[in-house]
Amino acid sequence: MIELERISRRYESTVAVDDVTLSIAEGEFCVLIGSSGAGKSTVLKMINRLVPPSSGRIRIDGADTARLAVEALRRRMGYVIQSIGLFPHWTVARNIGTVPELLGWPRARRRERAAELLDLFKLPPGEFLDRYPHQLSIGQQQRIGIARALAADPAILLMDEPFGALDPITRETLQAEIAQIRRASRKTVVFVTHDMDEALRLGSRIAVMDNGRLVQVDAPLAIVAAPANDFVRELIGRDDLGLKLLSLDRVASRLRRGETAPGDAIGDTLTLRQALSRMIADGKDRLPVADAEGRALGAIHLADLLRR
Amino acid sequence: MLRNRVLLLLAIAGFAGALGLPFLTHAANRLVSGMPIGLMAILEERPVWAGALLPPVALLLVAPFLSPRTAVHALVGLAAASLLLLLPLVAGIAAGRLAAAAPPMARTSLGGGFWCAGLAASLALADALSRLRASPAAAALCTAVVVVALGVLLRSGALNGLAVVREYAARQDVLATAVIRHVGLVVGALVPSVLLGVLLGVRAAQRRGFGAALFLNVVQTVPSIALFGLLLAPLSGLAHLFPRLGELGIGGVGVVPAGIALALYALLPIARGAAEGLGNVSPAALEAGRGLGMSERQLLWRIAMPLALPVMLAGLRVATIQAVGLAAVAALIGAGGLGAIMFQGLFADALDLVLLGVVPIVLLALIVDALFRIGIARTQRVPR
Repeated sequence: MIELERISRRYESTVAVDDVTLSIAEGEFCVLIGSSGAGKSTVLKMINRLVPPSSGRIRIDGADTARLAVEALRRRMGYVIQSIGLFPHWTVARNIGTVPELLGWPRARRRERAAELLDLFKLPPGEFLDRYPHQLSIGQQQRIGIARALAADPAILLMDEPFGALDPITRETLQAEIAQIRRASRKTVVFVTHDMDEALRLGSRIAVMDNGRLVQVDAPLAIVAAPANDFVRELIGRDDLGLKLLSLDRVASRLRRGETAPGDAIGDTLTLRQALSRMIADGKDRLPVADAEGRALGAIHLADLLRR
Repeated sequence: MLRNRVLLLLAIAGFAGALGLPFLTHAANRLVSGMPIGLMAILEERPVWAGALLPPVALLLVAPFLSPRTAVHALVGLAAASLLLLLPLVAGIAAGRLAAAAPPMARTSLGGGFWCAGLAASLALADALSRLRASPAAAALCTAVVVVALGVLLRSGALNGLAVVREYAARQDVLATAVIRHVGLVVGALVPSVLLGVLLGVRAAQRRGFGAALFLNVVQTVPSIALFGLLLAPLSGLAHLFPRLGELGIGGVGVVPAGIALALYALLPIARGAAEGLGNVSPAALEAGRGLGMSERQLLWRIAMPLALPVMLAGLRVATIQAVGLAAVAALIGAGGLGAIMFQGLFADALDLVLLGVVPIVLLALIVDALFRIGIARTQRVPR
């Protein structure tokens, strides 16, 4: 549980963060979103005290972070940044083992943990453990960056625009991977982005910031359905609002069980947006639905997609 | 078609110098000025040496017009290296013949022609090595082979007729002590410089506009002799006030003021190298390290220092080579070392004695340079 209590950050003539109060429950995936300079990164960095708050208090599981030893506090939280920041003179194994090394784990256990995390990202440990960062693609580097943040199994993961420097395809793969890792581990994630699609896709709750202030904090569906003001509305984008809504729900929720339809079946875990895309591409107003093993489950109709 | 201007220039300059300037000078004793002896005169007397010199010289004159292939560069390097051995051999044998027919006080010194050709050949070797993209270790090995071969030549007695070799034979012990003193002076000056310089560099990297850099720049502009002079007064004053210090060797003249001056000169390149190296460390790596819970000390020793090391070593390399040269001047205030031999020769107008002091200084500088280049290449193996 992370509680931000009326925190502000003032620089000489500007206010980066203005009186923000937010509490993030255990296991929540909280996305901070806003345009650049909105103060979202500053809020994130105040949680691990890279930036000290000018006023206000931050509590983690009830303990005031200002009273904790700063290094120990940071070692309890994973930290991932947009510019990745792998240590270029260390191998992948040592990079991933950074925090375990600081915590004094024995060498063999650090290496074992690094191999485990490489497996999680489907990078063969035998091939990657002893490579250097410059021998990896950007996407692989950021996977290592996330693995490094997860190494000591922290309860909290702080991510500062982690996918901002990646190409769209790599970004989508990594989004899927991080969503899956979180589902498996139930970590609390605080995630900064300026990309609303990313926020809607990953967040269990979205906090919109503008000019250092919190504008709206809500579940993704509520943000899209009822934006608090013009700024949020603009951030969502008017033109494809309907599509954004569709991308928040899955085929399984509108499924007509037992019904059949002609044509190739789609998976029940696809988003409604993907289902619509298939209907348009195939020129059909209904599609058969099957599960991951290919067993027929039912069908979905175009009319089902129009229901709110 | 001309492919290598540098080599052509070197070959022509070396060739013209060797023939146009006296190759040796022969004098009845140390005090009178010598009689010039040209290379052509020596070769006319012993045509076999002309035959030995001709192939490498011809190659160096032709090679600039050949297409720049590895084999050509290798041949040029080989030719230059063989000239570096042949030239002293020819000079030594000619000097030996002159000595046999002259009184024992007579001296045969190396002349401008020899130095011109020798310098051109060394530069041609360096050019060939750089065109071959030799690694620092390989280049050092090549140079070492030439130097060792020269040493073997010296041991064999073939060069014994040359005045500089006679000076060497007469002063071997003095020379050995001087080399040790010289190295000791350099190392003794660099140890405090490295400690203080790195500390200043770390400070400067942490705080932009750190004033110490300015102060160091001022030191660098003071001529070395003047700095030795400036240290004279306060240190002798100190020794006067505290006689115990004088007993420890601290005074206006001697090793201590020389060491202090050398350390001050070394400070700027070392501090600047450290500040520059640390300033270039990726900010992302530093932010990640800090964010993951490294203390400032861990960040410095585990991340910043290793990443800054190649640039820091480059600064230390400049400082060390500079100190090897400046330590010679320190002989003027009684610090001893190779400079003492050099100045003894200068004041006695014995150029061969000057050479005896200078050649080891050059060799020391070459060794330091090679060692640092190898070290820097090793620390750079992991790209940033």
